Amino acid sequence: MASSSSYNSPCAACKFLRRKCMPGCIFAPYFPPEEPQKFANVHKIFGASNVTKLLNELLPHQREDAVNSLAYEAEARVRDPVYGCVGAISFLQRQVQRLQKELDAANADLIRYACNDIPTALPAPPGVSSVQPLTPRHRPADFNRRIGSEGAGGFYHPTGAFPLPYSFPWNDNSSGDINDGGGEGGM
Amino acid sequence: MNSGRCSACRYLRRRCPPDCIFSPYFPSNNPQRFVSIHRIYGASNVAKLLQQLPTHLRAEAADSLYFEAQCRVEDPVYGCVGLIFLLQQQLHNAESQLAKTQAEIAVLKSQAQHPQTQQVEAEPEFNNFLQQQLDNAADLNFSNQGSSGFM
Repeated sequence: MASSSSYNSPCAACKFLRRKCMPGCIFAPYFPPEEPQKFANVHKIFGASNVTKLLNELLPHQREDAVNSLAYEAEARVRDPVYGCVGAISFLQRQVQRLQKELDAANADLIRYACNDIPTALPAPPGVSSVQPLTPRHRPADFNRRIGSEGAGGFYHPTGAFPLPYSFPWNDNSSGDINDGGGEGGM
Repeated sequence: MNSGRCSACRYLRRRCPPDCIFSPYFPSNNPQRFVSIHRIYGASNVAKLLQQLPTHLRAEAADSLYFEAQCRVEDPVYGCVGLIFLLQQQLHNAESQLAKTQAEIAVLKSQAQHPQTQQVEAEPEFNNFLQQQLDNAADLNFSNQGSSGFM
């Protein structure tokens, strides 16, 4: 098949769709021919036209992250057709809840030690953990409709632990400097 | 049979058959639910996904698809993956805070066992000890490997 892509071969999307990969193909920068499974998953779950529409609504500098997140979700859904990424979210939420409880208990212990054992002034322990619960923005309005909750509501309860398919390519420079505890879904 | 259509068939402007794959999960009283799903996945993809599943799992699948679709509508770049990233950061912050608090407790315990050590003189040691604990906590790496605590 003749190709006009910059790689001198059709991108994975055009190869999958069996069409000519034209210059300016919207998929070509994000679906290299050496990663055929990436587009296969995205096509299976979202469909090519939906992905095209999604990408066209974004600025060019946002598209790479969008494609990577779509590929991540698609692979998660292929591996777990019932829960997809939500399985991982549920797992992480439980971990955060567990740690929150441990932190609260540790803070209570700290206060007890500080008040009972040391009469002199000490650095004031945090009375409330600064780990904030997820903002409502991240939960759809009727998300709780069918989901039973234990504690902070709206969490999924998948039957098993869900392994994350792969680490995020945009997490390589992540740091622990973000202390606001949430409020933004993006980076 | 217009009055008995599920929200999916109403949106698609078609007849709602008795064995409609959508109707148990997209009731007519919640039209927005299907709108989000259709916008992100498309009707035929969702139908295929649901048909591949045993009946008793389809409700959960429809709910999780709706959740992911809503996340993507709210955040077109990262969707629900942004939420995963946020949770990983929260987990990391909580671990750091826990390590810091446990370090403070350890210092106080140590001072309680050795009361002759004055608090004022102990402050530099306390700060050094704290810093060491914080450095250890900073070594915890959740997001890069994606494997800490995950099966």
